[in-house]
Amino acid sequence: MSRLVFFTQTYSSMPCRALPRMAAGLNSVSERGLLLLLVMMFLASTVLPIGAASSPEMTTRNVKGGHDLHQEPHGSGHHNYTKKAFPVLSLDYSHVRIPFEISLWVLLASLMKLGFHLIPRLSSIVPESCLLIVVGLLVGGLIKVVGEDPPVLDSQLFFLCLLPPIILDAGYFLPIRPFTENVGTILMFAVVGTLWNAFFVGGLLYAVCQIEGTNLANVDLLACLLFGSIISAVDPVAVLAVFEEIHINELLHILVFGESLLNDAVTVVLYHLFEEYAGVGSVSVADVCLGVISFLVVALGGILVGTIYGVLAAFTSRFTSHTRVIEPLFVFVYSYMAYLSAEVFHLSGIMALIACGAVMRPYVEANISHKSHTTIKYFLKMWSSVSETLIFIFLGVSTVAGPHSWDWTFVTVTVILCLVARVLGVVGLTYIINKFRIVKLTTKDQFIVAYGGLRGAIAFSLGYLLDRVQFPKRDLFLTAIITVIFFTVFVQGMTIRPLVDLLAVKKKQETKRSINEEIHTQFLDHLLTGIEDICGHYGHHHWKDKLNRFNKKYVKKCLIAGERSKEPQLIAFYHKMEMKQAIELVESGGGVKLPSAVPSTVSMQNIQPKKSPPPAYERALPQISQGREEEIRNILRTNLQKTRQRLRSYNRHTLVA
Amino acid sequence: MGSRASTLLREEEIEEIKKETGFSHSQITRLYSRFTSLDKGENGTLSREDFQRIPELAINPLGDRIINAFFPEGEDQVNFRGFMRTLAHFRPIEDNEKNKDPNSEPLNSRTNKLLFAFRLYDLDRDDKISRDELLQVLRMMVGVNISDEQLGSIADRTIQEADQNGDNSISFNEFIKVLEKVDVEQKMSIRFLH
Repeated sequence: MSRLVFFTQTYSSMPCRALPRMAAGLNSVSERGLLLLLVMMFLASTVLPIGAASSPEMTTRNVKGGHDLHQEPHGSGHHNYTKKAFPVLSLDYSHVRIPFEISLWVLLASLMKLGFHLIPRLSSIVPESCLLIVVGLLVGGLIKVVGEDPPVLDSQLFFLCLLPPIILDAGYFLPIRPFTENVGTILMFAVVGTLWNAFFVGGLLYAVCQIEGTNLANVDLLACLLFGSIISAVDPVAVLAVFEEIHINELLHILVFGESLLNDAVTVVLYHLFEEYAGVGSVSVADVCLGVISFLVVALGGILVGTIYGVLAAFTSRFTSHTRVIEPLFVFVYSYMAYLSAEVFHLSGIMALIACGAVMRPYVEANISHKSHTTIKYFLKMWSSVSETLIFIFLGVSTVAGPHSWDWTFVTVTVILCLVARVLGVVGLTYIINKFRIVKLTTKDQFIVAYGGLRGAIAFSLGYLLDRVQFPKRDLFLTAIITVIFFTVFVQGMTIRPLVDLLAVKKKQETKRSINEEIHTQFLDHLLTGIEDICGHYGHHHWKDKLNRFNKKYVKKCLIAGERSKEPQLIAFYHKMEMKQAIELVESGGGVKLPSAVPSTVSMQNIQPKKSPPPAYERALPQISQGREEEIRNILRTNLQKTRQRLRSYNRHTLVA
Repeated sequence: MGSRASTLLREEEIEEIKKETGFSHSQITRLYSRFTSLDKGENGTLSREDFQRIPELAINPLGDRIINAFFPEGEDQVNFRGFMRTLAHFRPIEDNEKNKDPNSEPLNSRTNKLLFAFRLYDLDRDDKISRDELLQVLRMMVGVNISDEQLGSIADRTIQEADQNGDNSISFNEFIKVLEKVDVEQKMSIRFLH
């Protein structure tokens, strides 16, 4: 809507084909009217190939501007042109075509999302991803009916534009504690599990193809293995889309989700390995060894690239205290650069992005303002949401578009093998993993992990990238991939919620962390580290403690600005909690107006560095004037009694001058 | 090292410790060799100085309290049985543990783990964590840069959140309640390798 306005205006000044990125200032025009007009435009331009007669005022303005630019060169070169009437209104769609269509797709996606949540029961039964694929199918069908070629999900577009926001959102908000506590399990599932899946599916498919009567005998082993490696990877987009809605407990969520993120390295290596050698026809032992080394390089290289960019971003954020407005930009650009840099070297872009987000987050959050933090959070959520929606819609459209080659045997065997491989893999690996875990994985957990192995758009895009000449069976593969995706997303996606309820799997706890939990958890960390040292056992706590010490001593000093670098974690947590509560209080208080500066003075991060620094002892106390203090007391007195009691203690110790 | 250790530790002792703490045979022998390596005086017991010799423990904020937890009330030496009894609190909870003695819980049950942690806060053993005791622990964990007033407000806030019977201190039951969402079984367990 209004984004389109901004967009068409910028297009007239920038000749390049800029893809719609964040719009800095959004003017609100009469949105509904424009919305309706634009939807009609969309339908008109695609359904009726004859030029649409109606045109909203905004494009006219731009069109006239563009037309003026055309007029001058023509006018100067052709003086003896027959004089036409001065064009008051003209139509020039071609030069805004691409951004226009992109914006319309984004708009369609967002409107669909809106629509689903307006229909009361729908979103609780059917996961959003299914609905979006159905919409994609419908739109694709509509386009085909008209006679046009529906667009296919271009792999370039997917990997460079649609996937990074989702992964960055996941990486930046990755819950570090559960992730590191379960990293062994996650890696086992991601690496060994994916390898197992790939070889099981690929190998058995080849065996099936060799059976007489299926006329598939010309599918060779390497092509099958390549197919297996494409189809075996659990897809982060699909997992996120489904798991977000079922609110499952943290452990299972991080297991499946972590697996879907970390298996990217395996997929990249296997894909390139088999693609290279499928032409040659054989793989030697040396190649396999090189493959293993390549895997390590891809994974560790990706993480290294991500960490470097993360540190750079953290370092940059140290100096942004005077230019708060562009702080979010640094986070986004550095992360995207990390992704692209990793892709340059064929390293794992996903792991780079995750590493970048996870590394930079604690330092950046200590440095940036509260508003920038909110901006980053909401932009990431917005982008990833739009991307996800677009991906699923395009999947639907591509299904209608793509050339299909259906073969009952191949497709059904693929689906069955994928399921069987997943179940066997999870059960087998859990048996081994449970020997090393403190809290074992139960059968219920295993079932959810196996059932949550959804495939998605990454598999489709990788399949789409296959060269048609080298792989004559490409269309067959694509059809099978799409079928598996549909099966997992629809069948598994829809039934996982009732199954979770049926099996009474533990759900996510919604309450926020209390200060008690924070203190006692830290206490227990120290306790366990001490006990480990007494036993001489260099376990989990020992290394975490060492890392924390290193972090506190060296890293924080470099990457965090000013006094915040010395702030202990507990104090930072307490400040954050108090501030959140103050803000909540204001919001729930209704018509009470709290001076907006109050929350900011309460936090350490907005202490102006220009002021002559008081001794460190006093710096820790927020300075609030008497008048302010009175205001706070008055406002809070009109609210909950209990809170007043709490804040009185805060007042007594910290606010009295 | 191994042979010397097992000759000094009799089989019956190992069996008794096994029954009391639930550790396996190999775990006990491993921990015994650690015990003897810490025991510089070679008299079969550990004193506080032996513990303090462990370098990482010196920089641990709770180091002194942890050391004290090993020593029974008023004593200065701890033998291997006592050492194991304290460490038994940190054994992972297993689902298939047979409860041999239905009256007493195993040392590594959730309640006993929490009781161990509680006793580290509650130095004067009055079954309550008072504001002062909490302040002491906070001060140890947070370091010297934070003012007393700010720590005081954190302590007040903490007690307010947990306190249910209004006595301005945290009793053991309140302590359990506050930590009911925390996965204590995982947080307070060490994987002693077999």
